[in-house]
Amino acid sequence: MTTAAIPAHHEGHVHRDDEGSRMGMWLFLFTELILFGGMFVIYAVYRFSHPAEFELGSKELDTLVGTVNTMVLLTSSLTVAMSITAIQRGNKKFSLLLVGITIALALVFLVNKYFEWSHKFSVGLYPQSPELLSRPQGEILYFGLYFVMTGLHALHVIIGAVVLAVIMRFISRDIITKDSFVKLEAGALYWHLVDIIWIFLFPLFYLVH
Amino acid sequence: MATSVVLAGAEPDFYHTVTKRKGILSWILTTDHKRIGILYLGTILVFFHAAVVLGFLMRLEMLKPEGALVEPQTYNTFFTLHGIIMIFLFVIPIVPAVFGNFFLPLMIGAKDVFFPRLNLFSWWLFIAGGILALTSVFLPGGAADTGWTFYVPYSIRTTTNVIPALLAAFILGFSSILTGLNFITTIHRMRAPGMTWFKMPLFVWASYATSWIQVLATPIIGITLLLVIIERLFGVGIFDPTLGGDPVLFQHMFWMYSHPAVYIIILPAMGVVSEIIPVFARRTIFGYNFIAYSSLAIAFFGSLVWAHHMFTVGMSDTGMFVFSLLTFLVSIPSAIKIFNWVATLYKGSIDLDVPLLFVLSFIVQFSIGGFTGLMLGALSVNIHVTDTYFVVGHFHYVMFGGTGFGFFAALHYWYPKMFGRMYNKGAAKIAWLLSTIGFNILYIPFLILGYAGMPRRYYHYLPQFQTLHVVATVGSWILVLGLGIMFVNLFLALRNGAKTSANPWGGETLEWTTPSPPPLENFDEIPVVTKGPYDYSKYEKAAQEVA
Repeated sequence: MTTAAIPAHHEGHVHRDDEGSRMGMWLFLFTELILFGGMFVIYAVYRFSHPAEFELGSKELDTLVGTVNTMVLLTSSLTVAMSITAIQRGNKKFSLLLVGITIALALVFLVNKYFEWSHKFSVGLYPQSPELLSRPQGEILYFGLYFVMTGLHALHVIIGAVVLAVIMRFISRDIITKDSFVKLEAGALYWHLVDIIWIFLFPLFYLVH
Repeated sequence: MATSVVLAGAEPDFYHTVTKRKGILSWILTTDHKRIGILYLGTILVFFHAAVVLGFLMRLEMLKPEGALVEPQTYNTFFTLHGIIMIFLFVIPIVPAVFGNFFLPLMIGAKDVFFPRLNLFSWWLFIAGGILALTSVFLPGGAADTGWTFYVPYSIRTTTNVIPALLAAFILGFSSILTGLNFITTIHRMRAPGMTWFKMPLFVWASYATSWIQVLATPIIGITLLLVIIERLFGVGIFDPTLGGDPVLFQHMFWMYSHPAVYIIILPAMGVVSEIIPVFARRTIFGYNFIAYSSLAIAFFGSLVWAHHMFTVGMSDTGMFVFSLLTFLVSIPSAIKIFNWVATLYKGSIDLDVPLLFVLSFIVQFSIGGFTGLMLGALSVNIHVTDTYFVVGHFHYVMFGGTGFGFFAALHYWYPKMFGRMYNKGAAKIAWLLSTIGFNILYIPFLILGYAGMPRRYYHYLPQFQTLHVVATVGSWILVLGLGIMFVNLFLALRNGAKTSANPWGGETLEWTTPSPPPLENFDEIPVVTKGPYDYSKYEKAAQEVA
C-alpha cells in the first residue's frame, strides 16, 4: 500500500545516469567560459584601441609571481586528475590526499595573488587612486580589467576550493566511491576550468608586450 | 507493483500525493517538475499583473500632452520597472519555466527533469531575483530609472537603486541558465524508448533551441551587468567614458544577450502554437522537419544580429550592412513556421475552440511584429524611427501579441491537464475577443505615432499626437478588461470548473495519455513511442472518404 502512495522516486532518486550528469557539468562549464569570454572581448577591444598603454601596464606586473602561480595551478590540475585515477583504483586515502594537495595549491595561489594585489595597492595602483587617475586612460582601463578579471578568477579559485572540500567529505563518507565517482569528475572538471582561464589570463596580462 | 490490483485507477494526482513534507513546505521544497511549474505560474502571474498595472498607469499619464497623472521621475521609474518585470520576470520565464517544466518531461515520456533539485534551486533563484527587483522600489534612493536596458553612462551616474535592479537581473539570468541546462540534459538523456529526435513534439524542439540560447547567451548579460555593478561600487574604469571606457561597447555586450533573449521569449511560444494547431485542425502538422530545423536556425541566426539595435550609435558602414542583412535572414525561419502553421490549417477540420482562437491572434499579431521588425532592420527606415513609438509598437507586437498571446493559448490549452478542470469556454472566448481587440487598439496607434515622430519614454508630447494617444489608452482599458475576465474565469474554474477527462481536446502527444492532473510519477509505465507526435491520419482518411 504505502509503496504505491509514496513512490521511492523523489525522496530517494534512484535514477542514475553518469553520462547525463557529465553533460550537465559540461554545459555549466560552457556558461562559465562565455562569462569570461565576455571579458576577453572587452579586453580585446580596449587592447586594440589602446595598444601602447596596455603594453606599459603589462610591464608593471610581476612576471615571476605570475609564472609561479601558473605552475601552481597546472600542478593542481595534475593532482586533481590523479585523484580520479586513484579512486577508480579503489585507493580512497590516496585520492583524499591528492584532492587535499589540490586545495593546498589553491591556497598557495590565493596567497600569492594577495601579495601581488597588495603590492599594487601599496604603490598606489588601484581603482580611483590619484596615481592611477593621473595616468592615460588606456592604463586606467588596463588596470581596471586586471583587477576585475584576476579578481573574478580568484573568486572562482575560492569557489573551486570549496567545491573540492565538499568532495573530500563525500570521498571520506563513501558517497564518492570506486563505482560512483561522477561527482569527483565534475569537481575536477570545474577545477580544470579555473586552470584554463588562468592559462589565458596569464599571457594576456603578464606576457604580451 | 504488487498492490496494483487494489490500487488500479486510484493513484492520487500530484496535488494529493502523500509527501514527506506537509503544507506549504511540500510545495516550496518540492522537486516534482509539475509542482515547480505551478510554483512558477503562481509567482510569475503576480509579477505580470504588477507590471500590467504599471503599463496601465503609464497609458493614463499619456492621456494629456502635459501629462495627466504622475511626476516625470515617477514616469521614468514606471517604464523602467514595467520593462524589467515584463522582460526578466514574465516573458522570458513564462513559457519555458511554467509549461516547459510541467510538460517537457510529460511530452518525452519521462518521470521528471534530469536534475530535479537543480530545478527547485532555479525557482528559488527566480524568487530571490524577483524579490530583489521589487525591494529596490522601496529602498531609499527610489526605483531604478534607467530603462530596462541599463545603458551606461547614465546607469553609472544615477543615484537611484540601480545595483539591486542589476543584481536582480543577474540572479534571474542565473536561474534561466540552470533551467536551460536542465532541459538540454533532460531532452538528451530522458526521452522514452522509441522517441527519436524527429518523433519529439515540436514544443520540445522549441524548448531545446531555447535552452541552448539560455545557456550560451545569458552569461554575456551576466558578466556585463556584473561589470556595471563593479563599476558603480569601486569606480573601476570599464564602460565609464571619463575613465576611457566605451559606452557603445556596453551596448554591444548588452544586445549580444538581449537580442537572442528575444528568441528565448518567442521560440517557446512558437512551440505552443505548433502543438495547438494540429490538435484543433485535426491534421498532421505540415512540414514537421522544417519547423523543427527553423527553431534551431532562429537560435543560430538570432545570435548574430544584435547590433541592429544600434544602427544610430556609430558603426562602420560594413558593420551596418552585415547586421542589416543578417536581420533579414532571421526572418526566413520565422516565416517558414508561419507558412507551415497556415498550411496545416488549410483543409483541416478546424475546431475554433479557445486555445486556437488565441493562436490565431498570435499568428496575425506576430506577423505584424515580424514585418515591422523587417522595416526596422532596413537601415534607411531605422534611422527615422529609431527610439520612437514605432519600435515600442513593434516590440509589443512580438512580445505581447506574440509571446503573451502564446502564453494565453498555452494556459487555455493545458489548463485541464494541469488542474483537472475545464474553465467556462464562453467567458474565455469573450476574454479572447476583448484582449485581442484591446491589444490592437492599444498598439496600432503606437506604430502610427512612432512613424510620425513620437519619441519613446517621453512623459510629455506635442498636442497633435493627443488623439492617437487617447485611442491607445482606451485600447489599454479594453485589454485590461479582457485580461481581468480571462484570469477571473480561470481562477474560478480552479474550484468550480467541471472535472475533465484525460484528453479533452483529442491531443496525440504523450501528456494526454496520463490522467488529468497527472500522478506524481507521470506514467504507470514508461511509454514506448512508435509513431510521430501528430498522427491524425485516421481523421484525414475519414475526410477523404467523405470527399
